[in-house]
Amino acid sequence: MTADVTRAEICVAACSDTYRDAGEILAHAVGIVPSIGARLARLTHAPDLVLTDGECFLMSEPPPLGASAAAGGVIEGWVPFRRIFGILNSGRRQSMMGASQIDRWGNQNISAIGDWRQPKKQLIGVRGAPGNTVNHRVDYWVSSHTRRVFVEKVDIVAGVGNDRARARTDQSLRFHDLGVVVTNLAVLGYDAEGRMEVRSLHPGVTPEELQEQTGFDIDVSRATTTRVPDDEELRLIREVIDPKGLRNREVSA
Amino acid sequence: MADKTMSAAEAVAQIESGMTVGIGGWGSRRKPMALVRELLRTDVRDLTVVAFGGPDVGLLCAAGKVRKLVYGFVSLDSIPLDPHFTAAREAGHIETAEYDEGMFVAALRAGANRLSFEPTRAGLESDVLTMNPNLKTVKSPYDDEVYVAVPGVRMDVSLIHLNRGDARGNGQYLGPDPYFDDLIAMASDRCIMSVEKIVPTEELLRDAVPQTLLVSRMYVHGVVEAPRGAHFTTCDPDYGRDETFQRAYAKAARDPEAWSAFQERFLSGDEASYHRAVADFHAAEAAESEEKQ
Repeated sequence: MTADVTRAEICVAACSDTYRDAGEILAHAVGIVPSIGARLARLTHAPDLVLTDGECFLMSEPPPLGASAAAGGVIEGWVPFRRIFGILNSGRRQSMMGASQIDRWGNQNISAIGDWRQPKKQLIGVRGAPGNTVNHRVDYWVSSHTRRVFVEKVDIVAGVGNDRARARTDQSLRFHDLGVVVTNLAVLGYDAEGRMEVRSLHPGVTPEELQEQTGFDIDVSRATTTRVPDDEELRLIREVIDPKGLRNREVSA
Repeated sequence: MADKTMSAAEAVAQIESGMTVGIGGWGSRRKPMALVRELLRTDVRDLTVVAFGGPDVGLLCAAGKVRKLVYGFVSLDSIPLDPHFTAAREAGHIETAEYDEGMFVAALRAGANRLSFEPTRAGLESDVLTMNPNLKTVKSPYDDEVYVAVPGVRMDVSLIHLNRGDARGNGQYLGPDPYFDDLIAMASDRCIMSVEKIVPTEELLRDAVPQTLLVSRMYVHGVVEAPRGAHFTTCDPDYGRDETFQRAYAKAARDPEAWSAFQERFLSGDEASYHRAVADFHAAEAAESEEKQ
């Protein structure tokens, strides 16, 4: 089964791994691959993880991808948007968000490209990134690892990076906690100084290719090879969580 | 007992150029679209709009009615971006106060509580502070922490849409999420509430639990009956989002010529003619898909 594993499935397993030791917290995942990853974690190594239907219900069993509570399943909690902010302030949450731009310190931008006064390209806005990054662990998911995303300097800091968090002399950012960046090429972490480094390259990706697609110098010297999901994980991904194969639309084989 | 029912035109006549206007809902969900469409028919301009934005913000931007936008995001949900909003931003046409979503709620809460600010960690070290140079931080009097002091926002008028209401202004939501409509009403000097259906007070709880009574008449100054008044956004459980129509809206909004045609077809008449045009649109879509089969 593992012989024909796709790149998307490797990414799903890497996303799932971000919830190891997360405990009994709300998993917030933006994007198809991270959503599958959170469900996979819940069904394997993280049984206490709390999942939503993507609207405002907590589901006692992982809900089908893209289906809200209206489609069935057992509701175990109600978290309309007004309660989400309380949960993130309490720290009982972990997010995997997207990034339109990200720099070597993990500063993330989803707001706009160019000058904020009159952007070249307006995106969705900072959404919850500033609050998420100062309240609980945040990981990022980049489905297309390119120099356009991995930039020397982001145009607008929505999610707060390690350099800014560490520059504070007071205690205000004590809950700042960047985890990893999972991309279609690799899993990136941060070194002791908070600088991005390559943890593992997905099978078939070379260090040269990774550096070529990254807009700043990045240390690949300690990189291992990203693990391949095991048979049980593959069965869950393919037959239970994502039988329609939506994951392969977000990341091509 | 005051009967606060009025027409959409009477309700919207309370909005004057230069005012700060709050809009309820979230993204493309339970937006007071009938009231927004009514506002489009007026010559009001230079508004400061406060919203978790969706097509309400897009339409008002396209009509040139927005001077300043206070927002956490603007999205059509199933379509990530509203083309009118992005066009207005990229042209530099509007002033903005872009907040983190949690900060936005803090601003509403402080406004409703008549506090000058609410402290929050959200925003620290992010460019939300760069983009809003008036924002200040506050040192905790108790320990070594510093918070963003999010200034309370007060609105002259707010527009919200609920499933049911009575003539006195009690509002009921029947969908899964109340969003922030009660808070927006409380942070406003005047609140106009449109509802799918006005019912006698004693009928509000005939088939619903008391927790659905979201908005109290203490905060409501006008009640407008507007069936399908959230169209094309969601209004569960009365109806879901009209995705086909939203796609047509977003497609037209990307092209000035197509937008003129869209305006002419859907937005040039009154609310009744809007709904007729939408019905015709769906009839034509259905005929077309039948032909393809």
